[in-house]
Amino acid sequence: MESLSNKKKQLKVKPLNFWERAYLPAIVSGLAITMKHFFKKPVTIAYPDVKREFSENYRGLHSLKRDENGAERCTACGLCALSCPAEAITMQAAERQKGEENLYREEKYAAVYEINMLRCIFCGLCEEACPKEAIYLDGDIVQSDYLRKDFIYGKDKLVEAPLNQ
Amino acid sequence: MSTFYFIAFLSIFFSILVISAKNPVHSILYLILTFFTFTIHYILMNAQFLAIVNFIVYMGAILVLFLYTLMLINLNKESEPVKPFMVKIAAVFGGGILAVALVSSLKSLGVSDPVVLKNPELGLVKNLGKVLFHEFLLPFEVSSVLLLSAMVGAVLLATKDPKEPKATI
Amino acid sequence: MELADIAIKFGLIIIIFLISLVVAMYSTYAERKIAAFFQDRIGPNRAGPFGILQPLADGAKMFMKEEIIPTNATPFLFIVGPSLAILTACIGSAVIPWGQDLVIGGKVIPLQVTDINVGILYIFGVVSLGVYGVMIGGWASNNKYSLLGAIRAASQNISYEISMGLSIIALLLVTGTLSLGEIAQQQHGWHWNVIYQPVGFILFLVCAFAETNRTPFDLPECETELVGGYHTEYSSMKLGFYLFAEYINMFISSAVMATLYWGGYNYPGMDWVTAHVGPVIGPLIGTAVFFVKIFGFIFFFMWVRWTIPRFRYDQLMDLGWKILIPLAIANIVVTGIVITLFN
Repeated sequence: MESLSNKKKQLKVKPLNFWERAYLPAIVSGLAITMKHFFKKPVTIAYPDVKREFSENYRGLHSLKRDENGAERCTACGLCALSCPAEAITMQAAERQKGEENLYREEKYAAVYEINMLRCIFCGLCEEACPKEAIYLDGDIVQSDYLRKDFIYGKDKLVEAPLNQ
Repeated sequence: MSTFYFIAFLSIFFSILVISAKNPVHSILYLILTFFTFTIHYILMNAQFLAIVNFIVYMGAILVLFLYTLMLINLNKESEPVKPFMVKIAAVFGGGILAVALVSSLKSLGVSDPVVLKNPELGLVKNLGKVLFHEFLLPFEVSSVLLLSAMVGAVLLATKDPKEPKATI
Repeated sequence: MELADIAIKFGLIIIIFLISLVVAMYSTYAERKIAAFFQDRIGPNRAGPFGILQPLADGAKMFMKEEIIPTNATPFLFIVGPSLAILTACIGSAVIPWGQDLVIGGKVIPLQVTDINVGILYIFGVVSLGVYGVMIGGWASNNKYSLLGAIRAASQNISYEISMGLSIIALLLVTGTLSLGEIAQQQHGWHWNVIYQPVGFILFLVCAFAETNRTPFDLPECETELVGGYHTEYSSMKLGFYLFAEYINMFISSAVMATLYWGGYNYPGMDWVTAHVGPVIGPLIGTAVFFVKIFGFIFFFMWVRWTIPRFRYDQLMDLGWKILIPLAIANIVVTGIVITLFN
């Protein structure tokens, strides 16, 4: 068939000449290449001891943010759960009682807030959906574990540490 | 001498196992042990070269090939041909006659004297080489040419006929 | 033989046995570390400083693993296979001259377990016996992959034994003796056989790779085609024995190559050194040089393993029968002609 792009090339397999058929020269050049690598610096790092720097927009473990007074920003509106394509987020809302103003910023707050890290695809849509700027994926890599139930992260693991501690 | 009798007993014991073992692979393994006892016999007779050649050629090469072939063919119980009754009778009869012939011929021989080597160093490589290349030069060379031609033949069989059209890869 | 002599021999055997086991153990560590360096990695570094305790950890793991004997396997032969593999690997070290005779207090201690006058043939016999461990284990597993691995091992070993033997014959024409002790002595100083037999050495090297089932000739355990080859069904320390046997084989064949072609314990200027440091330290330096050569060969084995991909089976057979054997025969003829012309 005619080539339309004129880039078609007819390749010919040439029979090997004696030098190429003798194996040994090719093997020696191969050995030289590997020997060059023997003295190169390793490109790997010993991961848990040494960590690579993440990029600016890396999306890792979620964290539920607090405001400048140390109160939780989340108001349990459920937009994050709604926006989540993997349906990894679930929550239960509760009403703020008197005297809890320093704990929760809004009148309604999330009593239970769970993210299933096995389902999460770290797309960052929850971050975009949140009207209160309460959730950010600015954490580390999610740790491995043995049991499936241990991958459901509750508020104990997600909420940011209090300000003055 | 007691070593000899012990090893001789082992040789006969293993060779009986060779023919009585049900599984052909097992019987080859017993054959390997039998040849190993032969190697020890050679060492007892101070024939080191012969011992080691027996070791390499028979134990190391020929029996590996035996084992190789046996592993390749299918040796299921079902595929074993069942011999008719008459053949079995005939086999027993033939074997019995052979045994009688052997026993009678052995009986006609006198009890042999124990072999005493004139030169106990005969089995060593240097002496063996001298004997082979002086007294037995012609038979030795003829057999070596025979072996070499067999090897060249094997190489020739392995190389394809150049006239045949090459198979496209 | 005196009791003291027997005790010395016994001690020597124990020492050599332990050395070969330790070398084999640390070869596994070296293999992983060297592989890592060739691939720009770090390699094992968890157990102890630089991962130096890794072989012990591996050994402990091997012992702890569950021992499995398949239902349809032949139990006795299934156990005999790995035992035979490690036995044949270990007995090869008996005839290797590890150094010159030591003289301590007027007593001569040879650093060679036994100098039988058919030493090379003994090594050769042991090597040819080594394939039984693989074959019996592969057959007794009652698994098609294992059987294929065993059959490959058998045909590969027999094919390469021929050219190995032929390359040794050319060497024997040069040395005129079959005893490894004498061959080592003849190469005093720098008269190493590799200078007189370069082609023979390369042939022997290639065959040594094939006989020890090392890449590029590790067809019997070819993972991409045969799962695990002959040790597919093995677990626990029985698998460990097979892997261990491979490393001991590598150590012994390195020692044999160093003795036959690279001068054994000889090094240039050894007379001068021995005259200066005395008759005890001198031979020990020779032994150290010998071990340096052995480790060099072991490194070369690993270097090749992480460079060259595996051969295809027909290529392997082609190389063995159509290239190595004619080359070895030509080598014998040329060596014979040269010797008759110059002597």
